[in-house]
Amino acid sequence: MKGKKSISRAKWGYIFLIPFFLTYFIFSFIPLVDTIRNSFFEYYRSGLKIVGPNFVGLKNYAEVMGPDFLQYVGNTFILWIIGFIPQIVVALILAAWFTDARLKIHGLQFFKVVIYLPNLIMASAFAMLFFALFSNNGPINNILIDCGIIKDHIDFFGSVVGSRSIVGVMNFLMWFGNTSIMLMAAMMGVSQDVFEAAALDGCTPTQTFFRITLPLIRPILAYTLITSLIGGLQMFDVPQILTNGQGNPNRSVYSLIMWLNNFLRAPDYGRAGALSVYLFIISGILCFFVYKMMNDDDPDGSKKAAKKARKAGRRAA
Amino acid sequence: MKRRVLSFLLAASMVASLAACGGTSEGSSTDAPAAEEQTQETSGDTAEATEPAGEEGKIINVYSWNEEFKNRLEFVYDQYDKTSEDGTITYLKDGTEIHWTINPNQNGVYQTKLDEALLKQADASADEKIDIFLSETDYVTKYTDADADVALPLTDIGINPDTDLADQYPFTKVVASDINGVQRGTTWQACPCLFVYRRDIAKDALGTDDPDKVHEMVKDWATMKETAGKLKDKGYTVMASYADTFRAYGNSISKPWVEAGSTEINVDQQIVNWINDSKEWLDAGYFDPKVKGQWNDDWYKTMGSKSKSFGFLLPAWGIDFVVKPNWDGKDGSWAATDGPQAFNWGGSFIHACTGTDNPQHIKDIMLAFTGNKENLMAVTKEFVEFGNTMSGMKEIAEDDSFGADFLGGENPYKYFTPAADKITMATLSSYDQGCVELIQSSFTDYFDGNVDFEKAKANFETAIKERYPEITAINWP
Repeated sequence: MKGKKSISRAKWGYIFLIPFFLTYFIFSFIPLVDTIRNSFFEYYRSGLKIVGPNFVGLKNYAEVMGPDFLQYVGNTFILWIIGFIPQIVVALILAAWFTDARLKIHGLQFFKVVIYLPNLIMASAFAMLFFALFSNNGPINNILIDCGIIKDHIDFFGSVVGSRSIVGVMNFLMWFGNTSIMLMAAMMGVSQDVFEAAALDGCTPTQTFFRITLPLIRPILAYTLITSLIGGLQMFDVPQILTNGQGNPNRSVYSLIMWLNNFLRAPDYGRAGALSVYLFIISGILCFFVYKMMNDDDPDGSKKAAKKARKAGRRAA
Repeated sequence: MKRRVLSFLLAASMVASLAACGGTSEGSSTDAPAAEEQTQETSGDTAEATEPAGEEGKIINVYSWNEEFKNRLEFVYDQYDKTSEDGTITYLKDGTEIHWTINPNQNGVYQTKLDEALLKQADASADEKIDIFLSETDYVTKYTDADADVALPLTDIGINPDTDLADQYPFTKVVASDINGVQRGTTWQACPCLFVYRRDIAKDALGTDDPDKVHEMVKDWATMKETAGKLKDKGYTVMASYADTFRAYGNSISKPWVEAGSTEINVDQQIVNWINDSKEWLDAGYFDPKVKGQWNDDWYKTMGSKSKSFGFLLPAWGIDFVVKPNWDGKDGSWAATDGPQAFNWGGSFIHACTGTDNPQHIKDIMLAFTGNKENLMAVTKEFVEFGNTMSGMKEIAEDDSFGADFLGGENPYKYFTPAADKITMATLSSYDQGCVELIQSSFTDYFDGNVDFEKAKANFETAIKERYPEITAINWP
């Protein structure tokens, strides 16, 4: 009996993991290393002539890190925040309503599907749709003029506020369903006893939401924030299609990945590589924060609590 | 037992369907030679042309950015047999297949795809190699470059430009030649531009729709500006957008955007004139502020019957390819006359790709397409094109019985043909498409009042250096 118990089945675990590591190594790790290697070379194609690769050290990094870089980081961040604020607010409200046992909403499943639908449309198709809707001769302008709300057409894509808002609204519409469902899962994970106890103690719904629900789902909230921020860093298809790859007016909706895309179209592997490494570092830092939050800020404070308990235990001993 | 029978049936049906697939592919490969025999038997006179084709590849790969070439090939080429339902494969009478690869021109997509394929050309198998590719005037020099050597000299496939293509407009031959004067492509069209306008608006605002009289009112930019004022008083705009005048200025520059061997962009005085005039005209209300650039929905709508735009500066292909599909009124509502400036816009060149295994077919197609006066005249009449045949165009221009229904029976070649004689094009560079696209998009912000002139200049410089990493400086006049 004893001999049988000591048979290790761990190797099967590793064997089953091989396909993943193999594909990861080929399709993710090698390109990653290649990107970093390319970032140190002058290497581009001009029409049909290939220039390089010549080793240039950190020249690409210096070139990419100019005032343009900061402007595009700013653009990307603004576009993200315009979409994220309404997204998280609406998602929180919806999630709270949908999980509230007392509201008893009918057709819950139907609404869950409906709010998720915009996410299923391809972003580029969605962008084309909005481009047509908000164009100068498009339905939105025509409706507003016919209703007498405005006299002359509004040039949405000709103004900074207009085009940024449209990108923000689109990101909000595409992602609030996804966030709602994630928050709903978090809220359903909170024990109903807590809500019942709060109700018995005479909590108003607002108080329940701010004093009970929100603190208890804080880690998921933080997770949503960071993943959305990383997603925001990669904002590309919507502004690309809306502005025909130019990010106009005045390059105000020009996101970092659109910049990368323009490098790759030339294609300029050197500078594209350098920009990718910068993005990699930024994403890495953000991931580090997620990791910290997930591990230190557990709802029951497991790690800190455990540490404290251990300390207390030692002192007592 | 039941289950076993079922699984056997399933397996059997799978095998059967696999066999069926194999069967069809076998069938099609045996079909081709049979068809070839047939054509050789039935048509004695074409047998001569198809005979050397026997040793050639069975597939001709064509890269293009729209269906223009394909439509004309179907119409004019005597070896054309049929096109598959999805439009991706065209069959010739000798069984050769033409495979079409079409990518949009905008934003350089077509060039990117073509470049990638050309770089792989040497390693591709014979049937996958590009045989024919098309290029536009904006970037024809990139592909006819002697060092790049991606387009075969015409003499290599047995065409002598001096004799076989003697009737072509000389400037179209110069444009398709490399720095040593070796011609590496040929076109079926010349693209002189005319002012194409709405007859009803002309009558309403200018009192006449007669092409000669209207020409007097748009004969140069100053006169056109006065006319624009008159049109504005009646609530019309002379043209849809500032982009509509761009080619008139931009194709009359005194030296190329980038000179051979240089990495500096020279912005010509003509371009700055365009920027200044466009701003002035837009602010004065001579253009429709709702229309930004060309090739977008707003622009197409200005060609509809509800539009208040008077006219467009367009070449012959523009009438057929752009205005006609977007016009929702009666035929005969438009007319054409000489504009303020003679200039050439566009032109599609056919190139034989280095490494092709179908030189005979390409020679045959090129000659049928660009060296055959009858075909060129037929295409001209069918598609409202401007065929690349000097004598043919002269005949059409003098032919009073010929008139385009769309232009109310007017014979536009009366104006097109003299305009074509005035064109010289010697200022091309491989960077033209990027420069033309980006200067327009960068200065749109300036026209809209979002940025000042200096900022728009800076934005253009940023954008152009992204598109072409080797550009080191931008010189403004």
